[in-house]
Amino acid sequence: MKEKILRYVLLVLVLIITVGPFLWQLSTSLKGAGEDIYTSTPSFVPQQPTLNNYARVADAIPVWRYIGNSLLVAVLTVGGNLIFTTLAGYAIARLKFRGRGIVLGLFLATLVLPGEVTIISQFVTIRDLGLADTLLGVALPTMISALNVLLMFNAFRALPADIDEAAIVDGANAWQRLVRVALPSVRGTLAVVAIFSFIAAWDDFLWPLIVLTSPDKFTLTVGLQYLSGTFTQDQRLIAAGTMIAFLPIAVLFSALQRYFFKGVEEGGVKG
Amino acid sequence: MRSHRWFTPWVLVAPALISVLGFSIWPSINTLRLSFTDTKPLGGDADYVGLRNYTDMLHDGQVADALLNSVVYMAICLPLLTVLPLLIAILVEKQLKFIAFFRTAFYVPVIASAVVVGLMWTWMLDDRGFINSLAQRLHILQEPLPFLTDRWLIIISAVSLTVWKGLGYYMIVYLAALGNVRKDLHEAAVMDGAGPIRRFWSVTVPGVRGTIFLVAILVSVAALRVFSELYLLTAGTGGPGGQDSSLVMLIQQYARGFYGDLGYASALSVLLFVVAVVPMIVLARLNSRGDR
Repeated sequence: MKEKILRYVLLVLVLIITVGPFLWQLSTSLKGAGEDIYTSTPSFVPQQPTLNNYARVADAIPVWRYIGNSLLVAVLTVGGNLIFTTLAGYAIARLKFRGRGIVLGLFLATLVLPGEVTIISQFVTIRDLGLADTLLGVALPTMISALNVLLMFNAFRALPADIDEAAIVDGANAWQRLVRVALPSVRGTLAVVAIFSFIAAWDDFLWPLIVLTSPDKFTLTVGLQYLSGTFTQDQRLIAAGTMIAFLPIAVLFSALQRYFFKGVEEGGVKG
Repeated sequence: MRSHRWFTPWVLVAPALISVLGFSIWPSINTLRLSFTDTKPLGGDADYVGLRNYTDMLHDGQVADALLNSVVYMAICLPLLTVLPLLIAILVEKQLKFIAFFRTAFYVPVIASAVVVGLMWTWMLDDRGFINSLAQRLHILQEPLPFLTDRWLIIISAVSLTVWKGLGYYMIVYLAALGNVRKDLHEAAVMDGAGPIRRFWSVTVPGVRGTIFLVAILVSVAALRVFSELYLLTAGTGGPGGQDSSLVMLIQQYARGFYGDLGYASALSVLLFVVAVVPMIVLARLNSRGDR
């Protein structure tokens, strides 16, 4: 009993440290213009709660446009990863072919390399393709992530061999075996791939910062940094902006967290 | 019976293969090539300039500062982010009521964008922000600490942000590993009268030893790759005189605009790769030596 109480005390302490700053930011974003946010006795509960700051973000930067841009990049990234890492992971895990080991090795090799090392030459590639300062240029390099190929490979490899054999006897070709037999068994991993592709695309900052130069093409993260750097020192406004970027991710993650933690227990999440 | 035609696997693998060749393998080779050129961000002719970018780098005070920052960054992050998440993982491992809520909540800083948490912390660490106000009210501080303007306090602030944002991520890595520690060892240790601290050292730590090394490698490489924290806490300036830049910040600066220099940025990328490989090799060596 005593141990249990101690555990909960520690859990709440860590909770305050990890989630407290978000609540403070949320509280700041709801404080009215008349409320002194710099007071030496800061209050967690807004005295004059208002949504006005959120409306003012839209006056300072084209926030709807930035949300649309971020969504477009995220949808391209999620779609690309779901389709193409499934195909590749399935082929490497379930079909025998010459060169399979080398192909798998190529995907593994990229994990050692910190992404920032190649970011410059990636930009050169994107520029030479004529995609500098475009949203497709932002999405393209992450549309098929090697890590996700390996996640799908692991998931397909874990399926028992005889499900394939039975289907082959029934005359099913590789495509039918993938769609009807294998795919329904890896839905959990697909969910993990989808959640993390979305979050990675929505949150990314450095790459869109390098690719995009026109303010009307900015993604939400780049736009927010632009808001805080250029337009305002008003912390209420910045707080509202950060909440606009954060809340969709928080809602999405809480709705889908059970897939994620199930994936962790199955050893599916490594990066 | 043949299960598939010879080209079927290649058709399925082709898009992913093209992507990995085009956006990972080729760029790593091309980074090296570019580092011997004077390529400009906006295009135009580029010439080979031999080793000039590398010799320039040796005399660049900002590069020296960035390397020093990286070493300090790693020295603080490595112990904190290797140990604290393990303790938190042990805390959330036990099936208690609401434990799923706590696990999810501890993971929230990981899923938030670096820009969101960077701006959040900028506000909290402001001269008149939450932390300075609170410390003054509790009479811990007489005057606000310049977290966002002092050469070394900026590094400390950014490290705190990195550690705070990383806790949940490495907690999950440890949580997956803790599931594989044999339960009977814990039970046997309890029977022998071992207390929780004794069990931590003689059952848990040996059980997750490989994961501790994995986390140590991930943390050190992440510390060398730091960008967003420093960029946002200094509003993109890199602190007083740009002394608080990281290597990646310098790479980003040289990637932009009319005065940018992709050749020099590539040479910096090669340096980043070399620096990042060192802790990987050292820690992998230590790990395999301990196995014998």
